[in-house]
Amino acid sequence: MIEVEGLTKRYGRHTAVDSVSFHVRKGEILGFLGPNGAGKTTTMRILACYLPPTEGRARVAGFDVFEAPLEVKKRLGYLPETPPLYPDMEVTTFLDFVAKVKGVPGRERKARIEDAIAKCRLGEVRFKRIGYLSKGYRQRVGLAQAILHNPDVLILDEPTSGLDPKQIIETRDLIRGLGGDHTVILSTHILPEVEMTCGRVVIISKGKVVAEDTPGNLTRRLQGAGALRLEVLGNGAAVAEVLRGVPGVLAIHPRPAGEGLAAFDVEAAAGQDVRALLARAVVQGGFGLLGLSQVGMSLEEIFLHLTTTDAALETGAASDTKEVSA
Amino acid sequence: MTAVRNIAAIVEKEWRHYFGSPIAWVALFVWTLLFGIFFSFGLSFFVKQSAMTAQQMEFGQKLSLNEYVIRPVFHNMAVVALFLTPMLTMRLFAEEKRQGTLELLATSPLTDLQIVLGKFLAATGLYALMILAGLLNLAMLWHYSTTPPEWKPVATGFLALLLFGACFIALGTFLSTLTRNQIVAGILSFCLFLGIWTLGWADDPTNGPVMKVVAYLGVTNHMEDMVKGVLELKDVIFYLSFIAFGLFLAHQSVESQRWRA
Ligand SMILES: Nc1ncnc2c1ncn2[C@@H]1O[C@H](COP(=O)(O)OP(=O)(O)OP(=O)(O)O)[C@@H](O)[C@H]1O
Ligand SMILES: [Mg+2]
Repeated sequence: MIEVEGLTKRYGRHTAVDSVSFHVRKGEILGFLGPNGAGKTTTMRILACYLPPTEGRARVAGFDVFEAPLEVKKRLGYLPETPPLYPDMEVTTFLDFVAKVKGVPGRERKARIEDAIAKCRLGEVRFKRIGYLSKGYRQRVGLAQAILHNPDVLILDEPTSGLDPKQIIETRDLIRGLGGDHTVILSTHILPEVEMTCGRVVIISKGKVVAEDTPGNLTRRLQGAGALRLEVLGNGAAVAEVLRGVPGVLAIHPRPAGEGLAAFDVEAAAGQDVRALLARAVVQGGFGLLGLSQVGMSLEEIFLHLTTTDAALETGAASDTKEVSA
Repeated sequence: MTAVRNIAAIVEKEWRHYFGSPIAWVALFVWTLLFGIFFSFGLSFFVKQSAMTAQQMEFGQKLSLNEYVIRPVFHNMAVVALFLTPMLTMRLFAEEKRQGTLELLATSPLTDLQIVLGKFLAATGLYALMILAGLLNLAMLWHYSTTPPEWKPVATGFLALLLFGACFIALGTFLSTLTRNQIVAGILSFCLFLGIWTLGWADDPTNGPVMKVVAYLGVTNHMEDMVKGVLELKDVIFYLSFIAFGLFLAHQSVESQRWRA
């Protein structure tokens, strides 16, 4: 449904998006993840035919965004980063205008507007001026505007920003409900959101795709880089000494432990399972091994890992997470 | 068909804004008020003059209401249009850019030309309404005058004012695409309109070819005949090409800004 091939966008000499490629299948929900300034908004604007790409190609719903923008726009619902709203219009008037410019036929217009109002829970404010709405409600009007004409493809730039926790949950449910019939790309900084709503994640950093996988796979496959938690009966300093001698151990972080006990988080080199070695070393050192467990990396950690360090790229490559660029 | 529907949607939206804010009401009020003032001045002058000519019977002929009352009003209202049209055009694109709503229009299945035309027609429509509201003043001439004025110069005068103002509106639409600050757009428009207005002052039969071209570009000179009731095709074509040029610039500007962004 969405095919992006070597997409590059340069602002003057600054490259905001650097040969990004990914595909989204029909009915899929793709999460677009990345720190501030990563190029998420820029990519989405290109897909929505708002900006032309400097290089590369993008096809949405089978049409090239550069060659047939009108066809793309007919099939597209787009929620920009700042919801595009006319402050002096009432909510229903605004939705009526949007329905007209999106080409919703006259006889369906009323039903579509009612549907969007119901889905985005705007009933209470339908006759209020948009300028008087709170930020969360404005965001919801923005969302209503995007789903109004029941488009095949939805591009949502930070759809839950500014919403209260209850609304976030309801909006996530709404987006999940859109999957299947609609193809959705959403960007966010909130990682649990991706885990909860998206079938697949593309992580982008400094304009480049650094990882692309399902949220589950990302977590699982990067676990080699996660820490091991160790609880030992014995003197802390002595145990640490022994642990440091184990091949493959990179660092040891002591943790608070009870009287006569020692606890550590052990960082091992990526892709190496040092659990057996650790256990043997502890026992041979004459200490009592009370516990040894793997601490899975949360999506947050993976995210930080992938987007903040250069080593991240190597880590990603060492695990078998699909590397798109290196 | 979709093109017409799209343009109509934009026009409707702009009119909602004009009449939902003070802009339309202020413009209508100022316009009709000044129209009324100029008209009543003209009329009282006319009444005095007629009384004088009635005494000097050798003229033997009545003064024309068209010439002494209506024509000066049209000329004065052209000056008022110079001041009021920037008010109608300055926010057309500047505000959409500032609010981020241009992103909505640009990602809807509308062409840039439809957006430009919709906005131009909305402003021109409001302007036409202003002129018509002013013309209501003239209705009393038909009602009370023993020899009512000719209607034809009034019709062509209306057309002259409309076309003349539409030139400014087209240019103002273009200038509004250049900035996200509507005040800047308004001031730029006013200065440019004033500049174009003064080009007309170069109209002098003794001038060389360069000044003739300059004078030709002055939008006021093409009003003269029309206000007198003479509708010349060349004047209409001049105005229509001027408008088309302004809209062309606006369209190019909207399109290229997106390409360069
Ligand atoms: N119109 C522009 N002109 C110049 N540079 C721009 C423009 N728009 C964006 N950029 C730059 O492009 C880069 C990517 O910006 P973008 O808005 O796509 O980031 P983002 O991933 O959406 O970030 P955020 O999470 O903060 O929304 C940034 O470095 C930004 O400064
Ligand atoms: Mg962004």
